[in-house]
Amino acid sequence: MNTIKNKASEREEIEALLPWHAAGTLSRRDAQKVEQALASDAELATQYETVRQDLAETIGLNESLGAPSARAFQRLMADIEADASTARRTRSGFSLGEWLSDKLSSFSPRTLAWSATAAALAIVLQAGLLAGMFVNEHQGGPFITASAPVEQTVKPGTDALISFAPNATAAEITKLLQTYKMAIVEGPTGEMYTVRLAVTGIPKEELAKVIKQLQGEKAVRFVGQKSAD
Amino acid sequence: MQTTSDEALIGRIAAGDKLAMQVLYARHHVRVYRFVLRLVGDASRAEDLINDVFIDVWRTADRFEARSQVSTWLLAIARYKALSALRKRPDEELDEETAGAIEDPGDDPEVAMQKKDTSDILRKSLTKLSAEHREIIDLVYYHEKSVEEVARIVGVPENTVKTRMFYARKRLGELLKAAGVERGWP
Repeated sequence: MNTIKNKASEREEIEALLPWHAAGTLSRRDAQKVEQALASDAELATQYETVRQDLAETIGLNESLGAPSARAFQRLMADIEADASTARRTRSGFSLGEWLSDKLSSFSPRTLAWSATAAALAIVLQAGLLAGMFVNEHQGGPFITASAPVEQTVKPGTDALISFAPNATAAEITKLLQTYKMAIVEGPTGEMYTVRLAVTGIPKEELAKVIKQLQGEKAVRFVGQKSAD
Repeated sequence: MQTTSDEALIGRIAAGDKLAMQVLYARHHVRVYRFVLRLVGDASRAEDLINDVFIDVWRTADRFEARSQVSTWLLAIARYKALSALRKRPDEELDEETAGAIEDPGDDPEVAMQKKDTSDILRKSLTKLSAEHREIIDLVYYHEKSVEEVARIVGVPENTVKTRMFYARKRLGELLKAAGVERGWP
């Protein structure tokens, strides 16, 4: 009696698994059990055929439903850009370049976001203000623009206009500024920054020499003497 | 060629990688959309809802636990969103009426008369199932979800999943029978 009951229960169990067997999502062990039952039970095999039919038509029906429009994707990406978590996440990853890029992209054209970032970072490093800026922001202190403190400390002298290579990193720009003992005093205006080469006036020949050297630097896209205001 | 796994994409999304988000969307948006559409029966609403689903993914990627497949997680979010949306509009309960909304638009009586082969009747019967039955049939047959994964998505025990699927098939057989298609089961 118990054996009969067990067999009936086992058959019901196999019957319930037929849809997953047809879809190929059963474990190997269960799939083998179903295969064995199908081989010896004609009624179950007939039922399995109906399951396979249902599966095929369910796929066909779903495939006929089409897809969302391209507008949906554009909207999603716009929503992601606007989402509050986007900026927060960027900051929490301590990606300094992206953090500054976010700040500066509101001041400068989007296409210039990276070169502005690199240059601004260089200014900050040069001025030794980096730690202070992070501490201030994370403690809810007042926001300090990257260029403001530098501008306040610069005195009149010999200036040049410079734009950095688009692929120049902050480290490269910093190194360049250190090597030439320059400070960024203004910018960006478009892609151009004003750099101070010396706090006093320097001879024309010497200035031309420095500019020529700068033109040969990898991190520099353009450099030229700035006319006196 | 080696492709980045969905789990790796989720990790990158959690770190704020928008490109990873685009890749994940490209991989899954059509299926998620179809799943939602079958539940809510309105294409523009389904489009709004998948936007909500992927925004949720963007916001909560760091909370994804790799206990289930990413696609299972997506469908679970999608289901929740779809049901919440339906609850906001009580006139569109999870019943057979909703199914009518996604029936073949050209399905007027004249066309229906021409649909004599089993395949067409079967498809039409699939749209007439209750939302509960439609959902499980779609998850098993179209989304290729295991018993365990369906249980996760729907939030019911595995045995309930099997029983529900059994009754969905039975109901489908009855609808076919009523339409004149005898398959020998149930």
